[in-house]
Amino acid sequence: MIPGQFDYVRPGSLDETLRILKDREGEAKLLSGGYSLLPLIKLRLAQPGLLVDLRDISGLDGISETDDYLTIGAKATHRQIHEAPVVADRYPLLHDVTAVIGDPQVRNWGTIGGSVAHADPASDWPAVLLAANATIVCRSQSGEREIAAHDFFVDTFQTAIEPTEVLTEIRFRRRPRGQGGAYEKLERKVGDFATVAVAGIVRLGSDGRIEGAGIGVTGVAETPFAATDAEAVLTGNAPSDALFRQAGLAAGAQSRPAADVRGPVEYKRAMTAEMTLRALRRAVERALAYA
Amino acid sequence: MTTHHITVTVNGEAHEADVEPRLLLVHLLRDTFGLTGTHVGCDTSNCGACTVHVDGQSAKSCTILAVQADGRSIKTIEGMATGADLHPLQQAFWDQHGLQCGFCTPGMIMQSAWLLADNPNPSEAEIREGISGNLCRCTGYVNIVKAIQQAAGEMAAAAETQTGAPVAAG
Repeated sequence: MIPGQFDYVRPGSLDETLRILKDREGEAKLLSGGYSLLPLIKLRLAQPGLLVDLRDISGLDGISETDDYLTIGAKATHRQIHEAPVVADRYPLLHDVTAVIGDPQVRNWGTIGGSVAHADPASDWPAVLLAANATIVCRSQSGEREIAAHDFFVDTFQTAIEPTEVLTEIRFRRRPRGQGGAYEKLERKVGDFATVAVAGIVRLGSDGRIEGAGIGVTGVAETPFAATDAEAVLTGNAPSDALFRQAGLAAGAQSRPAADVRGPVEYKRAMTAEMTLRALRRAVERALAYA
Repeated sequence: MTTHHITVTVNGEAHEADVEPRLLLVHLLRDTFGLTGTHVGCDTSNCGACTVHVDGQSAKSCTILAVQADGRSIKTIEGMATGADLHPLQQAFWDQHGLQCGFCTPGMIMQSAWLLADNPNPSEAEIREGISGNLCRCTGYVNIVKAIQQAAGEMAAAAETQTGAPVAAG
């Protein structure tokens, strides 16, 4: 497939990038790894007038933990995140998701910022960001803006990013003791988009009850969403399979799946419940192991 | 639309070309440079037949623009053999019947080479995971996995002879 015509530019700095975005507002599209954008351009579902390649912008791929946050630069590849010692040691949810995005070649080049900004309704990162209610940091000529994940994913392939903004980093709150997370993805075959996938985070209090929970779901609505009904079911209660099943039913009820080659609506709701159950089981195991 | 002048090193040789931004790397390799060993399979970044190395990282060349390769180093299947001596992976695919129609083979070998560079002594599960972005519709993968295992053993033995140091066991 031959893409339609477009201009291409490779700016040397973030300031230059922001100026180009302003000058060519609405026409320019940012290119990072390209593994989400180029397939759409080849199918001519996306026809940008200008591609702005972020390759030469330095300082956007760091992964660092402070007392408050784990911060991941937008240009960090899935593989870099998977292999970062801090992620392998202390962020099992992030370690889970970076093992199952696409395939090895995609993970070599695809980036967290590209994936999040692309906002495919069945992509993996958005579910994780929603479960954690991570902060998405964007920059424009008027400065920096922080957007909560819960306010970010607006509709299919639509986010709260303005055309003149660059997504620069993702901030997760630092993992506290007693918290664990897990990602469960149902896919027809390796490398497929999720039929449904669920990111679950559970924080246990000193009494063993669930103090806080986050559930992000992808593949079963027009955009990834936070399963807030399921989170409410969990909060304040002692973890048990019965409780997780109840939360799973709530997540399934809140989903809005469309019937397609990956299955009918009833099946997808049932699988949303099942993946929620499985994610919560593993999240609690990990929370207990990090007491 | 303007064209861009790019410089790319392919299998150790410097190449230059004037390309439209929309030209895909796989077409640069095949149509501009005449290196037709890299195949176009699905053209949707699923099948991996077009896998090459870009700055040492395996990539699907149907999903990278030629302009993105500017200043980078590319390795294709044509760069694997040394003269008449096949690369251990090429020999192993031959020995183990790791191909039938052969369409997936260049991509499969390039992905395997990346896998072994990253993990010289992979388990069977790690091999299967490592080639999960490459589809073969003939073999059922059994002989492909055997071929990669053979090559891994030979390459590890060769590395040991070269350095005189024992290779760490898995």
